[in-house]
Amino acid sequence: MSLLALRNLTKTFGGLVAVNSVSFDVAEGSIVGLIGPNGAGKTTVFNLITGNYKPDSGDIFFDGRTIKGLPTHSIVQMGIARTFQTIRLFQNMSVIENVLAGCHCRMQSGMLAAMLRTPAQKAEERHALTRAARELDFVGLTDEHANLAKNLSYGNQRLLEIARALATDPRFIILDEPAGGMNDQETAALIDTIRAIRDRGITVLLIEHDMSLVMKVCEKLVVLEYGALLAEGAPAAIKDDPRVIEAYLGVDTDD
Amino acid sequence: MTVSRTTSYAGIAVVVAVLPLLLDPYWTDVFVSIGLYSVLALSLNIILGQAGLFHMGHAAFYAVGAYVTAIANTMWGVPVLWAMPFAGLAAALFAMLVARPIIHLRGDYLLIVTIGIVEIVRIALINNVFGLTGGANGIFGISRPTLFGFKIAKPVHFYYLVWAYVACSVLLFRRLENSRFGRALNYIKEDDTAAEGSGVNTASYKLWAFVLGAFWAGMTGTIYAAKMTIISPESFSFWESVVLFAIVILGGGSNRGVLLGAFLLIGLPEFFREFASARMLAFGLAMVVMMIFRPQGMLPPMPRFYKLPERIRCVTGKDGGAAAAQVGGEA
Repeated sequence: MSLLALRNLTKTFGGLVAVNSVSFDVAEGSIVGLIGPNGAGKTTVFNLITGNYKPDSGDIFFDGRTIKGLPTHSIVQMGIARTFQTIRLFQNMSVIENVLAGCHCRMQSGMLAAMLRTPAQKAEERHALTRAARELDFVGLTDEHANLAKNLSYGNQRLLEIARALATDPRFIILDEPAGGMNDQETAALIDTIRAIRDRGITVLLIEHDMSLVMKVCEKLVVLEYGALLAEGAPAAIKDDPRVIEAYLGVDTDD
Repeated sequence: MTVSRTTSYAGIAVVVAVLPLLLDPYWTDVFVSIGLYSVLALSLNIILGQAGLFHMGHAAFYAVGAYVTAIANTMWGVPVLWAMPFAGLAAALFAMLVARPIIHLRGDYLLIVTIGIVEIVRIALINNVFGLTGGANGIFGISRPTLFGFKIAKPVHFYYLVWAYVACSVLLFRRLENSRFGRALNYIKEDDTAAEGSGVNTASYKLWAFVLGAFWAGMTGTIYAAKMTIISPESFSFWESVVLFAIVILGGGSNRGVLLGAFLLIGLPEFFREFASARMLAFGLAMVVMMIFRPQGMLPPMPRFYKLPERIRCVTGKDGGAAAAQVGGEA
């Protein structure tokens, strides 16, 4: 059964049709890649799923329920986490505090409990800290926990974003160019991390320009061009699809 | 909690406790003012320092609290300190009403609207709104507060009342800072979109920051009304809001910074009374120098310290081992 389903999703900015009647499904427990040339509307699709943009028409279903029009924090609470293409960490806060941000939506205690330091509040803080430490360990940043986020290397900042997203206890994670700015070693390690995320039972949807990563890790690819769906299918089939090759490389007009 | 922080708070507490023994009534009164401004600035710090919302209308909430106290006391004979929670609640309710529609505004836009709020409140008070506020003359004859049968009237009494209130506020706000609520405000300050994307209900938390800050300012209004026994709209002008804003910005957003800022901006001018005409010049110059050399303020908040649980690897179990080892290897 598909965990996420987009149906005829359309979004325009003024006269520009950024996403044009796009429909695709993401099966539960799979790793799906969303690819396409620059400006094809991939990040816009992500922003529509996470509620950062409101679609003009069409619908988005998560686990059979529509999430169209819900505020972003409610969508996160339902189990959809994301990372950002341009890294958006809380730069002047420590690494562990960044991960604790993800724990926020699974916690209860409010103002009064914090001022009174109730036993339930203390227990919850301890539990959240354990959870955050566990996610930090998962991406291998435990040693950096006390550093400020802005002092991490670019690749580690991307990993920290993943840890923060995982701390929201998601069923579905959206990664926007996770390998952007990473070197070959880091990218190779990232492939293992993405697989490990899936092995925890979390469904993965990612945008990535690094084709070797996409081909290695994804079980299904969805190709966008000019905001519309161009092709979808297994990586091997997509690689040989003449329409996809044309979209990426252009057609040889000499023939 | 680090050792340096504990000792610095303990040191401040001792100095504050013995200070009135060395001061004449005039200087005691100056320190009562510093205390009042400290609490007001601490409450503004939740909104401005912690959540990063540019709010320059804090005197409006202060005024609501002071007027609710004055009206309740002079018209219905409610004892002053009993009016305190109601003054806080009235200010909080007022904040909820006025902040709800403007909470989505950012930076300077929010700043301009909050300036509007404080002006509207002042003008409404001058125009004797609902026939309750006494117009431009204000309300006089507010009775002195009593605490367990003890009448608080002399400056030194107010001194201990106000500084006990400051101590309670610092303690509670510090606990609040080191909690889910406090972190959420910091996430919003750092990156609104990322906070929402991590599951923080940003609109709600911004509103609650306003409500809590207003509640505290309203309660402070009670003590102000009790100390002055007469209040008028001119006590809650835009200028008061600017001073509070400057205290928080100068202090840098930590509680200690706010206390230091209140001392410098309210206390220091009293030392240089003979140069009173040049006060604004020095004030402006100090602000310019600060913004150039130390834009983060005098004492910005220190990062929270968390001691990680030791046996996380056992908790991690089967999942993370492989990926963690590989990524960690080259990190």
